[in-house]
Amino acid sequence: MQLQVDAIGKSYGTTAVLKGVSFSLSDGEQALLLGPSGSGKSTLLNIICGLQRPDQGSVAIDNQVIASPDSTAKSDEVRRTSLGIVFQTLRLVSALSLRANLELAQKLQTGRVDSGLIDESLDRLDISHRAGARPFQLSQGEAQRAAIARAVVVSPKLLIADEPTSALDRENTRRVAELLIEMAKTVGAGLLIATHDDRLGDFFPQNYALDQGELKSC
Amino acid sequence: MLTLAIAYLRDRPLTTILNVLLLAISVAMLVLLLQFGSQFEKRFEKDAEGVDLVVGAKGSPLQLILSSVFHIDQPTGNIPLSSLELLRGDPATGRVIPLALGDNFEGYRIVGTDETFLDLHQAEIAQGAMFEAPMQAIMGASVAAETGADLGQQFIGSHGLSADDGADTGHDHAPFETVGVLAPTGTVIDRLILTSVESVWDVHGIAHDHDHDHGSDADHADHDHHGEHGHADDGHDHAKEDAQQTARLQSVQSELQPELTALLVSYRNASGAIRIPAMINRQTEMQAAVPAVETARLLSLLGVSLEGARIFAWLLAAIGGLAIFVALFSMARSREGDLALLRVMGATRRQLFSTILLEGLVTAAAGAALGWLLAHSLLTVARNSFATMRDLGLSAWQPVSQEGLIILAVLIIGMVAAIIPALRVMRVDPAAILSRAG
Repeated sequence: MQLQVDAIGKSYGTTAVLKGVSFSLSDGEQALLLGPSGSGKSTLLNIICGLQRPDQGSVAIDNQVIASPDSTAKSDEVRRTSLGIVFQTLRLVSALSLRANLELAQKLQTGRVDSGLIDESLDRLDISHRAGARPFQLSQGEAQRAAIARAVVVSPKLLIADEPTSALDRENTRRVAELLIEMAKTVGAGLLIATHDDRLGDFFPQNYALDQGELKSC
Repeated sequence: MLTLAIAYLRDRPLTTILNVLLLAISVAMLVLLLQFGSQFEKRFEKDAEGVDLVVGAKGSPLQLILSSVFHIDQPTGNIPLSSLELLRGDPATGRVIPLALGDNFEGYRIVGTDETFLDLHQAEIAQGAMFEAPMQAIMGASVAAETGADLGQQFIGSHGLSADDGADTGHDHAPFETVGVLAPTGTVIDRLILTSVESVWDVHGIAHDHDHDHGSDADHADHDHHGEHGHADDGHDHAKEDAQQTARLQSVQSELQPELTALLVSYRNASGAIRIPAMINRQTEMQAAVPAVETARLLSLLGVSLEGARIFAWLLAAIGGLAIFVALFSMARSREGDLALLRVMGATRRQLFSTILLEGLVTAAAGAALGWLLAHSLLTVARNSFATMRDLGLSAWQPVSQEGLIILAVLIIGMVAAIIPALRVMRVDPAAILSRAG
């Protein structure tokens, strides 16, 4: 897998939130995108996920353009086949059980249900005993792990997590970071985490910081 | 997407149940109205087939038709036996069938008649033989099946035309013998017990000539009949009374003439239709009623009520549709996060649209299925609880094709109710929603 972010620029009105952001991530690489709230992290992640169009530049995964200023990018298709996303607010479908959430994700993203992979992921994340529970019946920690499980059971090429440790204490922050790294390795996916939590910096070999719309290595 | 739609419906059980019930009640009402309308109409047409005119005692013509053709009401009274000869001798009449009513066995009417009644309903003897001797009877197919009557068995009729009428007035002195069972015909004859007119007279102790031929001008002076049917008269306590009561009874009987309850007439030619009813109504103490006219009048009267109920049922269905619309519309907003997520995970706009549409359809389908079952279950209960329903031959599990149209219409209501909420979710902007929440 090769993620190529090339000179991304994005403005809201007269305010430029991203100014020529470029970086790349190779197969199995892991990186942290640091920045305070309002620094443009979520906008950058949305563009990488093909949910927003940049004003300039492009994003490609394995040379398939997922985001560009014009409408030619096959965002839906590339996102569906390449990405596993852990949202800040977890976003589990409340009407479905944990297992059904994972099955739905697999059906939509891969077209088939792989029960073996679901069982394995639930085991590794230590929530197999909660497979039949509905999201509102899960603790915060269980829901966090369920969201990770949903992102990895689709066998993504790139695992993306947006603020996965917000509102967690130090110990849980460490556990979530380790789980993300472990699960990404398990499915052979690259890992990109956007966070304002600099405690995560120690876990990643490659850190980027967004500062006033510009990306810097740190 | 169907699994997801069902999961969403299960996620808000109260709203779903309420919507399903609203539609179920409307479907049940519509199916019931349809069943009653079509079954009664069909039954009326079939039972009255071959009867152009009914001649009976003066009174309500509808009552005469109901009692003599459909066997669901009390007769208007009796008519002289001579009327049979009068009409049979008329060149314009084809078939003239005598009926003598008054008793029942376990709620099934005992009808004094002759073999022409079997011809009218195209009934055939399935077991045994036609009644020949006095006090022999043949059973309609339903009567035999439901009472378990068998050839050679004896039974005692009770006075009155329904089971309740004659609970205390059994004709113990004059038991009938079952000599035959009819094959099913799907007409009213299935629910009747047939015997000769003379046997009916015998039961009531009316003296008559046993060799009496309905087709001849026999001397009827020695016939007597002990009165109107449908009232409890004291002629029923015959057997074990003392001499004084017997004498009194004989005295009463000697004053009565053998009579008939009604005549079912078919014309030989069109002139009969013009002349005979006019003759009967103007020149005799009897009345002539046309089944087609009275049935049409009855169905028209029923039709007004049925139409009102039908409009109410469709209104209910529309309210059910509106309830689905309100539920889905409000849900679409509260579910924006889920829908955005589904889009991010690869669901197409069409899939999101179909999820909402399926919720409307599944609700409507559940309502339609429940309503249909409810209607037919209620028909079963009605049939088992009300003798009139049985007498009308109401069938509980005989779906008609229009029921499919009702179900289709309700499905369309469910789908239409879901279209606007479904279009709304198609416009979901996942980036905006996920960013907003994040």
